Amino acid sequence: MKLFCVGLNHRTAPIEARERFAGHGRSVTFLREGGCAEALLLTTCNRVEVYAARERELTTNEVAAALQVDAGDIEPTNLAAFYRHEGIACAHHLFRVASGLDSMVVGETEIFGQAKRAYEQARAANEAGALLHRLFQRAFRVAKQVRSRTEITRGSVSVGSVAVELAEKIFGDLRGRKVLVLGAGETSEKTLRALASRGVSDLRVSNRTPARAEELAAELEGIAVPFGKWLEQCREIDILISSTAAEAHLLRPENLMPVLRERMDRPLFLIDIAVPRDIAPEVNELDGVYLYDIDSLQSIARETLELRRQQVAAAEAIIDEHVADFADRIERSVRDEMRAQRPETNVAGALRTSEL
Amino acid sequence: MLRSLLALRARVFRRSRFNFAAILLGFLLQTAFLGLRGHALGRCPITNLFEVLVFFAWSIALIYMVIGPAYRLSLMGSFTAPLVFALQSFALLAPIDLPGAVRVMPNAWLEFHASISLIAYGAFALACVAGIMYLVQERQLKTHELHSIFYQLPPLPNLFSAMLRLLWLGFALYSAGLISGFFTGEPLPWTKVMLALAVWIVYAAILFGPRLRSVAPRRVAAFCVAAFAAALSLLWSIEFVAHHA
Repeated sequence: MKLFCVGLNHRTAPIEARERFAGHGRSVTFLREGGCAEALLLTTCNRVEVYAARERELTTNEVAAALQVDAGDIEPTNLAAFYRHEGIACAHHLFRVASGLDSMVVGETEIFGQAKRAYEQARAANEAGALLHRLFQRAFRVAKQVRSRTEITRGSVSVGSVAVELAEKIFGDLRGRKVLVLGAGETSEKTLRALASRGVSDLRVSNRTPARAEELAAELEGIAVPFGKWLEQCREIDILISSTAAEAHLLRPENLMPVLRERMDRPLFLIDIAVPRDIAPEVNELDGVYLYDIDSLQSIARETLELRRQQVAAAEAIIDEHVADFADRIERSVRDEMRAQRPETNVAGALRTSEL
Repeated sequence: MLRSLLALRARVFRRSRFNFAAILLGFLLQTAFLGLRGHALGRCPITNLFEVLVFFAWSIALIYMVIGPAYRLSLMGSFTAPLVFALQSFALLAPIDLPGAVRVMPNAWLEFHASISLIAYGAFALACVAGIMYLVQERQLKTHELHSIFYQLPPLPNLFSAMLRLLWLGFALYSAGLISGFFTGEPLPWTKVMLALAVWIVYAAILFGPRLRSVAPRRVAAFCVAAFAAALSLLWSIEFVAHHA
């Protein structure tokens, strides 16, 4: 039996190709009928990959056909988008994928959960056997080690998640915190959703156009606040996300100071996403006020990404170590199996071992 | 022999459990050392500056052992260990373990007063450590310069509440030590009483001040660090005066 992996990802194929070969309910069955003793499909928004143990040669074309969602011919350009890893290279590839090294955002951890779910499903459906079991268990171990021994998953790489990370360091637990969104926009909405996903439940929206505030509030299960009253709201809230189209600073030390006095030293986290800025930079000098504008959030995200990139070499070293060890173990167990089953045909056993 | 044993204490600053184990090992060795000393002397081993420092380092380690795991302050060990290590090294290196400096400890009150006060100082030392951690983290959040340590340091409120609890613990112990000082039956040196009272008042101000008027948490943390630095030099001068009087 031989391990192999065939697939395409965000680097080798555009979304049009990835959705065409996204796989479907019968894909694994096709593969197994085509000569795979074990087969597993890993599909995410950035990749479609088949991990399988085959008993006979299986062309990339055949795998592509099994993955194809619609009818029609597979063009050579589509086929060129597929990569293929055989034997130990397949293990190497999966270890990198599971550790987040192959992801669009290096070090993201979502792929770990996706791989885990794919494996569990295949296991439950009896489509993954002993070989894939060992491969994936090892991949999960590697990914955990990479996560704990390097800093590759550290920090946040988007404006929304940086904001959440900062909020958690300022407030500790985010549950029960109150947040006000001033103005509207894609980034502020994303940031708001990111905060909501970490337990912020009291959402307030204020906009010069009341209808827009109502709309967003309804969508996020928050409440709309009249635009004239946003400064009063600053007495109660913990986080302010501001993204209005105002020309001048809305929040300045002069109008914030009286509000702060009533806040009894509760910290205030100000996120200014607007350009030109809504909040005067001097506000950051006030005690207990943490002001971040879009530039500082983005530069934190960039620095984190840079830090992650610097960690890639260390992660690769861990992976290489595991790949070598994994190859060793598989070879040994195949040899042991051979010896146990048919001690007389050592030549055949050695041949099959060298295949892996 | 005992000293070489103490010097061997491993203070390797690795992560979490290993770090804790190193501090635990150091603490056990300190305990053994103090136990043997105390046995040989037939009294609590805080008779000279050397022993006071070792005892002080021991109390910091003790409070850390009790508090550290409860608050899950992952990095506290890395801040505490160097402090203990520095105190310990100083005690070992400085020529202050003079047999001639042994004072007579006539009664239990005096021993209680001295030891409880030192343990209180241990709690204040850890409050200072938490205060430093708070200030470091707060500075990073304010300046937007997030270093690697930012991700390991706990959130501000956790650090602040840990600091407050340590302050309360230290304050309670210190008050007990202060009161017991009046029962020793010893003549009360005026300067010593004044200095001790000053430390008590400073910590009382830090704890009760924010209740009377608004004080930013950052300032409370800064006061806590400054108070410890002042108290430490006071402790030093109290001992110095006592030995050279």
